[in-house]
This record gives sequence, structure tokens and C-alpha cells, in this order.
Amino acid sequence: MFPKPIERAAPATRFGYNVALPIALVLWLLPLLGVMLTSIKPAGDLIAGNYFGLPSSIALVENYSAVFENSPIGQYILNSFKVTIPTVVGTIALSCLTGFALAVYGFRLNLLVFFMFVAGNFVPFQILMVPVRDLTLQLGMYDTTLGLVLFHIAFQTGFCTLFMRNFIKALPMELIESARVEGVSEFKIFWHIVLPLMRPAIAALAVLIFTFIWNDYFWATVLVQGSHALPVTAGLYSLNGQWVAAWHLISAGSIVAALPPVIMFFLMQRHFIAGLTLGATKG
Amino acid sequence: MATPVVMPDHMAPARNSWWKANQRKLAPWLFLAPGVFMFLVYVIFPIFESMWISFYDWDGIGDATWIGWDNYVELFDDDAFYTSLKNNVIWLVLYMLAVPAGLFIAIFLNQNVVGIRLYKSLFFFPFVISQVVVGLIFAWFYAPNFGLLTKILAGLGLGDIAILADERFVTYGIIAAGLWPQIAYCMILYLTGLNNVSPDQIEAARLDGAKGFRMLWHVIIPQLRPATFIALVVTIIGALRSFDLIAIMTDGGPYGSSRVLSFYMYEQALSEYGFRMGYGAAIAVILFLIMMVFISGFIWKMIADERGGR
Repeated sequence: MFPKPIERAAPATRFGYNVALPIALVLWLLPLLGVMLTSIKPAGDLIAGNYFGLPSSIALVENYSAVFENSPIGQYILNSFKVTIPTVVGTIALSCLTGFALAVYGFRLNLLVFFMFVAGNFVPFQILMVPVRDLTLQLGMYDTTLGLVLFHIAFQTGFCTLFMRNFIKALPMELIESARVEGVSEFKIFWHIVLPLMRPAIAALAVLIFTFIWNDYFWATVLVQGSHALPVTAGLYSLNGQWVAAWHLISAGSIVAALPPVIMFFLMQRHFIAGLTLGATKG
Repeated sequence: MATPVVMPDHMAPARNSWWKANQRKLAPWLFLAPGVFMFLVYVIFPIFESMWISFYDWDGIGDATWIGWDNYVELFDDDAFYTSLKNNVIWLVLYMLAVPAGLFIAIFLNQNVVGIRLYKSLFFFPFVISQVVVGLIFAWFYAPNFGLLTKILAGLGLGDIAILADERFVTYGIIAAGLWPQIAYCMILYLTGLNNVSPDQIEAARLDGAKGFRMLWHVIIPQLRPATFIALVVTIIGALRSFDLIAIMTDGGPYGSSRVLSFYMYEQALSEYGFRMGYGAAIAVILFLIMMVFISGFIWKMIADERGGR
């Protein structure tokens, strides 16, 4: 283990480490802690110039209920779910199929198709923006959550294919070979043998895609306009324009918008990190 | 893989025999069809479409007029383009700090004390939050008169600096906000990497008297190469994709001084200043070409690994 385990160090070093940890954490999260504190301050504190002191009273309920009552943030959050959940389902469905095809079959164009997905995954969004917006308009899906969902599914399939393909490649191929000898059809091999083994990969991708899509801002502004379909990231920004300097409301709104992926992260931490660090350990 | 499957032919009905004989060849394409179709329609074709559109003068609604290289000629004489390009370079260079910073925090946190798991999660926290929220948090942190940073700077006797309203500092201020989640991302990559460093080699090096920085440089970092590769990839891509923070924190201002290519493209093509799709597409093509340099590098390395491994 590197660095040397602290429990083998001198007592003074150990003590120092245990003191340094919380201090470092507070410094690291200082901007966030400031916003959390602001979100429970009454409006009067900010007018009186009490920005950093403790709140004069806890206005947690007032501020957060004001956010929901005075703005369509409830609608925005619902829209975010309407975009995020179908995208997660669609992306995983497509990438299980593509990942299986690229991992199991040694056909001629295999690597070409694979690297098409990988390379496409890295391109700047702006090179897709005008044509994708135009296509969405022509399909009559501009300003709908479905238009966003279709684009997100397509784009995220690139990254997920890379992930699924590498995951399936690491599975024991003897399972598939012996099923073939038994005469099991290719689709049944996929459905009954490989898919059940892919559960950890599916879980990891589900939390990752959920977070990526929930936090998307660019496509939300390009493909959606009205608050009936606006996801919470773009919605929050438009609220920021209305609540000029009402930092207690902006802060509370920010925290509400950030909450779903944060909860997801803490519930599914292991899967989340497994997904994010794919490839970080093997050459 | 290439050997044909032996079918128990006494059981196969005659009408299925063609399918049975060919399913190994056809199956991959059937599995690929939906994903490849979506990816071609929404990602691959639009790249070429954008290149095509960049030769037109088009407002997105009416007729498009072919103008050849005029958009590019205009672009190379456009001060805003050079400002954006310069900022892109600054982003790219400073964003690289996320890699060593992430490694540093990972080393700091790679211990087994009580509650360390929670510490690791909380350090990772900024990455889980949307960039919109990060942007708002930092806008508040930098706010003139009352922002926390302003107070700290004033306390140090540096006066009242409005970071986001000052052309000299604005890009650096936004990059600092972007580094926050990016460092967290690199940290988690390195924590996973450190977890898998071979203990035998460390012990062997320790017996040889290596420790501290020498140990890190000669024994640990070479073993962290896969993590470093991914950290570099995501950081380069992240730097060149920067858009959200600029849109949220400054909207490109003051006077367009915090624009980068991705933001300038959006501004030209879709903002209230007009719908210059052709010109926007030309900017996007330039950004794409810059990114292609890096993407080709990554792919080249991945192909080399693919050939070497397995």
C-alpha cells in the first residue's frame, strides 16, 4: 500500500493526519457549505449583510417551500425524470446488444464499428448541434422531452458500448462456446447466458447515465424552450435570471436540483465508481 | 472463433437450415442494427452535415446560399474567434492541473482510518453535482461586495476584486470552478489505481531503501499508467467541451472575454444575436479538428493496446 499506512507512523503523525482530514474536507467543500448555509437563511439576513455568519433563524422550510411555490421547479424536476429514465433504459438496451455483438463475434468490421462508437463519444457537441436540432425540428420533436431522449440515447450508446464490450470480453468465453455446441441459438445465448451475467455492468451504467443526463445543460437549451419540457438544469438557470440576488432562493433551488443524482450516488456508490473507473486498473 | 458450428442436423427442420447455417454471420449485425442506426443518425452523419453547412450562409429557416470558404475567411479575420481560441488554450493547459492535483488528494486519502470511506465520497461530491449548480455556487463564491472569496481577498488586503466582471481574471475564475469537479474525477481514478498497485513491488522497493517522492516517481506512478491515461483523456475532453460553466457564470462576458470556441459557436448559431448556422458550423468544424488531433491519439493508443493484449 502506498503511502505507508498511517497506523504504522508515529503517534504525532497519526494525530496530525486525523486533524488534517476534516480541515481539508471543509476547505474542499467550502463553496458548497456556504450555499447550504445560505439556503436556510431568512431573506432578512442577506439584506442585513449577514452573508457568512450563522443564520439568525432557520428558514429551511420557508425557503424550500417558497422555491416550490413561486417557481415551476416541481415541473422541471418531473421533466428531468421524463428525460433521464427513458434515456437510461434505452441506452442500456441498445448497448447490451452492441456490446455483445462486438465482444463475441470476430467479424471483419468489428474493430471499425467499435472505434466508431469510441471516437463518436469524444466529439464536441457543437459539431452535432445544428444538424441534430434541425432533425429534431423535422421529426416534430423540438421542445419535447422525447426529442431530448432520442438524442441522449444515441449519444450515450457510444460510451456504453465501449463499457459493455469490455465487460463481456472479460467473461469466460467457454460458456458461449459450449452453449453453441449444444445448438443453442445466438439470441438465446445472449438472453439466457450472457445477459444475466451483465447485471453489475448494467447497474454501473444505469447510475452513471442517470447522473450524466440529469446534469446535462447544453442539449436541454438547444432542443427545448418551454417550461413544459425544460429539465431542471436549464430551468434553474432561467430562475436564476428571475431571482436576481435572491441568493437564499437560488441556493435552495440549486440544492433541490442537485439532490437526485447525489442520492443516487450515495445509494449506488460502489456501482458508480466501478463504472467511472473502468479501465483505470488494467493496461 | 471462425470454425463453423456443428448443428444437430437430424433435428433441424428444412426451412430453418439456411438461418441455422448463417446465423453466426448475421447475428452480430442484427444485434448491432438498432445501436448503429441511432449512432449514425444522431452522431456520425451530423458531423459531415455540419461540415457541409459550414459552406453555406443559412439562418436555419429560409434558403441556404452556398458561399464556399467565405465563413472560414471571415473566421480567420474575427477577433472574437482568436479570443475564444486563446481561452481554449488556457483552459486546456490549466485543466491539466486536475491530474496531479487528483493524484495528490488520492495519495492523501489512501489510508485505512475510521470513516475514510465517507471522506472519499465527500471529496468526490463535486463531480456528482451538475455544472449548472457548480457554476451558481462559484458565482456566489466570487460575488463582488459579499462573496466569500472577495471577503477573503479583502481580508488579505488585496482590495475588492470582482473576478467575473474583470477581463483579466474571468477565464481563470471559471477554470477554477471547472477544476473543482475535474480534480474529484481524477482523484477517484487514482484511488482505484492505488488500490491495485502491487504490494510486492512496494515492499521490494522499500527493502531497497526507496521511500517518499522517489518511491512515488519510480515505483508507483509507472504502475498508475492506465489511470493516468484515462485521467488525461477525460481532462482534455472536459477542457475542450467547456460550455456550461461559461454560459452560467458569465454568458461569455465581460465583452466576450471569457468565450471559448464551443460557447462562441452556440452564440453565433442560436442566441439572440442571430441565427448564423453556417458561421457557427464553421467554428464547430475548427473545434472538431482540434479535438480530432487528441481523439486520434487516444484511439491510436487504444488500438495498440487491443493488438498487444488478448
